[in-house]
Amino acid sequence: MTTLSLDHVSRWFGNVVAVNDITMTIGPGVTGLLGPNGAGKSTLINMMGGFLAPSTGTVTLDGRPVWRNEEIYRHIGIVPEREAMYDFLTGREFVVANAELHGLGDEAARKALATVEMEYAQDRKIATYSKGMRQRVKMASALVHEPSLLLLDEPFNGMDPRQRMQLMGLLRKMGDEGRTVLFSSHILEEVEQLARHIEVVVAGRHAASGDYRKIRRLMTDRPHRYLVRSSDDRALAAALIADPSTSGIEVDHAEGALRVQAVDFGRFTTLLPKVARDHGIRLLTVSPSDESLESVFSYLVAA
Amino acid sequence: MYDPTVARLTYRALLGRRRALILGALPLLLIVISVAVRALSGADDQTAADVLGGFALATMVPIIGVIAGTGAIGPEIDDGSVVYLLAKPLKRPAIIFTKLIVAIAVTMVFSAVPTMIAGLILNGNGQQIAVAYTVAALVASIAYSALFLLLGTVSRHAVVFGLVYALVWEALFGSLVPGARTLSVQQWALAVAHKVAGGDLVTSEVGLTTAVVLLVAVTVLATWYAGQKLRSLKLAGEE
Repeated sequence: MTTLSLDHVSRWFGNVVAVNDITMTIGPGVTGLLGPNGAGKSTLINMMGGFLAPSTGTVTLDGRPVWRNEEIYRHIGIVPEREAMYDFLTGREFVVANAELHGLGDEAARKALATVEMEYAQDRKIATYSKGMRQRVKMASALVHEPSLLLLDEPFNGMDPRQRMQLMGLLRKMGDEGRTVLFSSHILEEVEQLARHIEVVVAGRHAASGDYRKIRRLMTDRPHRYLVRSSDDRALAAALIADPSTSGIEVDHAEGALRVQAVDFGRFTTLLPKVARDHGIRLLTVSPSDESLESVFSYLVAA
Repeated sequence: MYDPTVARLTYRALLGRRRALILGALPLLLIVISVAVRALSGADDQTAADVLGGFALATMVPIIGVIAGTGAIGPEIDDGSVVYLLAKPLKRPAIIFTKLIVAIAVTMVFSAVPTMIAGLILNGNGQQIAVAYTVAALVASIAYSALFLLLGTVSRHAVVFGLVYALVWEALFGSLVPGARTLSVQQWALAVAHKVAGGDLVTSEVGLTTAVVLLVAVTVLATWYAGQKLRSLKLAGEE
């Protein structure tokens, strides 16, 4: 059982606050660190991995400090986001070197390469690898010593769907084995598919934490805004506002459209086509106007 | 302290095709110059000392030192691949120490060996000049490697700073401005060379004791400090 604890951790660079007073505990199983780009996920992972000192607060692994503690790497495996990785070596040479640095031998490297299914390309230079292959070799280098904590920064970036499925399977398996696995992503669907537990970070702050269903509910239950054009906007507006799932409608003359705010996402999505059909109104445009992740996240922060 | 895996990775990075070409260019130039000088003016002790002192020790050795010293760690820190060394249960000073040994070995091979060959071509080691400058190159290799390894650890512009130091300080001020000469690896190495050669052909601005003390102090302090810097090296901040 390995538990990573962050206690009131902040990190600033000059005047910029990258991480703002975050307290969280990451236990065994797969945890997703979700947040839009620039939210501070990488800064957070770098502090968890001991590559950056918190400006204030502490990061500990089972009570031992992570910063300036080389021995902690016997228990941590890290898959960095950056691509650079001794391109002049072959995949096998790279993983063997990583094993040796842990005091292990070729056998550990062979096992790790088999785990990520990279044996077929292990004798090619890393410089010739695709992004997905690099990702898997990085993964193998992080697994050689069978760490109890695995940290992955945006591991699915640049992977094709098949590679993504394979890596998800691998991480799931590691979580089921009782290892503590934490990965970051800015894509909700990705996190949802893999992690039971989600930590949401927005603008350096800890916005939400919990089971993925709870986070999903928070995200879908927020007020949704739609831009709607129809054959009779006013009649449609009158019919929609009669239902409690709609909290506000504005007639936008410039756009020639309605701006609808719905509070009950599920109900509204079935209501709209039904109302239109009952009133003989043709729907011309229905488009969500605030589906960007940033707006979803900023709602979460306010919630 | 010495980690063979770190050493292997460092050697392979340093002796990659492009860097090896750069490392080989200056020694080749030195030998070409020596052959030309010998062919044109015959064997002359003073000329040999001028070529070895003016080009080999004052220019070639520090530049090779910059390439090997900063190249042993700088590129890894720049591109972030050093993370694979840092995320291991390895003492950070051991990483620095290993890289120092590799940088010293590479600098010695690419500077002291060609100095010896050039010396033999120029005057067949007359008056011990070839041996004296080879010893100077060996001694200077150690101090330069330590200095430039530190520079590669603390600065992203290590090569530029290193070249400025090597060319402006060592080659220019080091031979022109009296005060600067005392604080010059080149002069310290020359003091050792003077002891080897005897006579007046190889001279230094500093005494042997001062030179040895300063050489050891600079090497030890630079290595220690680089180890400390690597312990608190921060890899983040791109967000």
